[in-house]
Formats: sequence, structure tokens, C-alpha cells
Amino acid sequence: MSKKYIYLLLLPGVLFLTIFMLVPIFMTMGTTFFREDGFTVEGYLQFFKDPYFMGILFTTLRVSVITTIISIFLGFPVAYFVSKMGPRKKAFLLLLTIFPLLTSPVVRSFSWMIIIGKNGVLNNILTGIGLIEEPLSILYTPTAIIIGLVHLFLPLIIITLVGVMENIEPDLLTAAESLGASKLGVFAKVVVPLCVPGLVIGSILVFVGSFTAYTTPALLGGKQRVISTFLYQNAITLNDWQVASIVAVIMIVVTVLVISLMNVLAKKLNPRG
Amino acid sequence: MQEKSRGLALFTFLVFLFLLGPLLIISITSFEGGNILKFPPEEFSFRWYENIFKVKMFFITFKTSIFVSLAGNLLALLLGIPAAYALSRYDFRGKNVLNLIFVSPILIPGIVLGFALLRYVVVAYEFSIYTSLFIGHTIIMLPFVVRVISSSLSNFDFSIEEAAQSLGLSKVGAFFKVVLPNIKSGIIAAVMIAFLESFNNVDISVFMTGPGVSTLPIQMLTYVENYFDPTIAAISVLLMIITAIFMFMVERLMGLSYFTKR
Repeated sequence: MSKKYIYLLLLPGVLFLTIFMLVPIFMTMGTTFFREDGFTVEGYLQFFKDPYFMGILFTTLRVSVITTIISIFLGFPVAYFVSKMGPRKKAFLLLLTIFPLLTSPVVRSFSWMIIIGKNGVLNNILTGIGLIEEPLSILYTPTAIIIGLVHLFLPLIIITLVGVMENIEPDLLTAAESLGASKLGVFAKVVVPLCVPGLVIGSILVFVGSFTAYTTPALLGGKQRVISTFLYQNAITLNDWQVASIVAVIMIVVTVLVISLMNVLAKKLNPRG
Repeated sequence: MQEKSRGLALFTFLVFLFLLGPLLIISITSFEGGNILKFPPEEFSFRWYENIFKVKMFFITFKTSIFVSLAGNLLALLLGIPAAYALSRYDFRGKNVLNLIFVSPILIPGIVLGFALLRYVVVAYEFSIYTSLFIGHTIIMLPFVVRVISSSLSNFDFSIEEAAQSLGLSKVGAFFKVVLPNIKSGIIAAVMIAFLESFNNVDISVFMTGPGVSTLPIQMLTYVENYFDPTIAAISVLLMIITAIFMFMVERLMGLSYFTKR
């Protein structure tokens, strides 16, 4: 089969993505470095001196890191439990995990508005049983964004880790136990190290997803801006496309950096070499 | 030891409660009879389901969403099936780069892609909102189409295709008569997954709204900003039913492994 024929099959898709995705993205990046008087990084310098923007960037990074840590902390034991189940129970639990993952982010964020709002379910219960007197104000804070994001990305961590844990040979665990390791010891010394590559992939997905998420912070964050809602605000409400483009480039750079860094880390930490 | 397993089971139960509880609560509040979202509802009624059909914009944006998802899906299949075939059937120079181009719509932050499209497609080429939505949604569906169909093709034994050719079918004929029927379920699964991805999309669509033109998720966001009644809860229930049906169909077609593989 001639090689030309293969490229011909790929051409329409590549052409489409080049015209409508790659060119617009590179043009957006390019405009941030060029002004009337040639190449400049002035826009970026102004940006990193601006405490308001740095505050938003820092909040977004903090929210993403906390979301990632909580998701791993909650997801890891659950994935272990699910992977140990028999095939039918496992399939059932996986479907319960996948369902929220496929459900619209608008629906999922909205459900948290009902729960953590001032007159929400949580406050009604807590004041009802007399645990608190004044309703908690969680909605429209970074905490609300974190809750929403953990809810959004936890299923991703669970199914990624279940996939990895299924590949651990049961003989390995039996061997470790017969050599005297306790169940907890097997978990900490055998299961966890073998899951490192999966944990790294899962963490990338959650961190990058949280860092770039729009719907959840837009609904649950209120006036609390994160980097994606800040980009939208500048692009649409304020019509400042220069600022919006700089924010876009910062988002791309952070995303690419995190993915490459984690990839290097995953290769180094992989116990299977 | 028993204690620890029971502890783990309880922990798992609580995490699933966290994942599914909110969806259950939103479903229950959709049957509220009063004017304000409350949990538990004070009286039972279907009035907010009726309200969905009274708000004209919900119906209009629902139609737009369906149109954009279906048309985009069709184009994504036309572009994606040949690409998936080339990428999983042959080894050639530049394969990794081409693979990367086809997955990049997932890697690029959606909000960045949406903004870039607004600036350099909607405004620069002066495309209509509909056309722009169609292009944007095709872009985000492509990686899913290529991925699902590639994984379907990886289970296909290409020697069957070669046998068909040696029996006299042309290259193109063999593809349509032998390869395509064998990856039928993969294509259906790809359509459904891409459809959900497009139908739920906010990041791109949020930049592509015009007077009277928008998609359903964007209309829902706008509605929530202005009203806090159970209409959105009622729509959410309908969307969850669609999601559940699609999930079971994909599970039938591809198995659960599609979801757990990374």
C-alpha cells in the first residue's frame, strides 16, 4: 500500500483541526508577544506585577492542588475496595462511578447549589439538629469550588486506579502475605507502589481539569474568580482580548508544564522500570 | 482484619453517597409543588416539568443542542473514521505527531479553545453562530470518535480484510463490506460518547451565543443566574435519564473496559 494513500486518509481531519484549532490557538498566542513596535513581553510583565491577577492565579492553583489531594485521598481506598469485588459487584459499582462522570457538569454543580446554599439542605439539617445557630456560608467561596471539583473529578481518579489495580497480579499479593506481611503492609508496600503510575496519570487529569474548569467555578464560585472565569470575563464582559489572550497562554503553559513534569515523574517512579 | 474491611466498606459507601447523593437530591426537589427549591419538597407535583415546555428558550436551545451535536457528530465521523483506520492499521513517519494532533482538543483547555474560536473563527471569518457551534463541537468530538473507533479497530483481525481483497474486492470495497460492518458497534459507541461530550459542553458554547441562539447548557446557566426555581432540577432529571440510557448502551457495545482504560 502506497504511503500517499495513508496520508490522504488523515488529511481531511488534520486540515480541519489545523484551520479551526491550531491556527486560532497559535494566533492567540502570537498576538500576546507582538505589538505595533515589534516583539514584547511587556504584557506578561504587567500581568505578573498585578496583585489582583496574581491573587486569582494563586487561588486557582491552591484550589486545584487541594482538589487533587482530596480526590486521591478519597479515591484510592474506594478504588482498592472496588477492584477487590467480584465481577458483578465490581461492574455495578463502576457503573455507579461512571454515571456522575457522564452527567452534565451544569447539573452536578447545580445540585451542590441546592445543598450548600444559605437555605440549602446542609444548613437546614445542621440548624435543624441544633449543631449551628447561623447558617454556614459555603456557597460562593473557594471551598464551594473545591467541593464541586472533587465531585466532578473523583470518579475519574477511581476508574483510573481501578484499571491499574486490576492489572496487579493477585499472586504478588498472596506471595507478600505468605512472606509475613499484614494486609495493611501489603497495601502500603505492594499495592501503593505499583499504583504510582496510575496515581500520576490520575493526578494530572484532576489537576489540569480543576485548573481549567469553567462551569463549576462559574456556578459555585460567585464573585470569587478563578483563571478560567477571569478569561471569560475579560473576553466577553470587559471585551479586553489582549488580557484574555495572555490568560489563555498562561493556562496553556501551566497545562503543558504539569503534563510534561508528571510524565517525567511517572517514568522515574515506575517500579516496573 | 474483618474490622478493617468493614471500615473500608463504610468509607466506600460514604464516598458513593457523596457522589450520588446530590444527584438524588436534585431529582427529589424537581417534584416540588411550591415556588422555591426546597428539600425535602413540601408537596408533590409535576408543575416544574410542565414549566420546561412553557419557557420557549429551553425548547429552542434544546433543538440547537441536538442539531449541533448530530451534525457535528456526522462530520466528526467522516473525518475521524479514515483517520482512526490509518492510525491503527499502518505504521508510518510522523504517526506520533498526527496522533497528538487528533487528541489535542482534549488537552487544550476548553475555555482557551472557545476563546480562540471566537476570536479567529467567529469574528475573523464572520461565520454565523450556528456554523461556529457546529465547527467547535466537531473539534471536541473528534478525539472521542478517533479513540473509540481505534480501540474497536485494535480488536479487528486485518487478515480478514486482506482475504477479502485477495478474493477480488477492491481496497475501498473491502473497507465498506468487511471492515466497517465489523466495527459497527464501535462506531455506535463513538457516536454516543461524542454526543454526550458535545451535548454537555459549556466551555466552547459559552463563547458562541447570539440573540436567541445558544445551547441548552448555556441556557440553563443563564436561567440559574436569574431564577432559583425547580425548573432546572426537572431538566436535570431528564438529562440524567438520557445519560443513563446512553451509558448502558455504550456498556453493552464496548464493555466497561472502555471507561477504565487510560
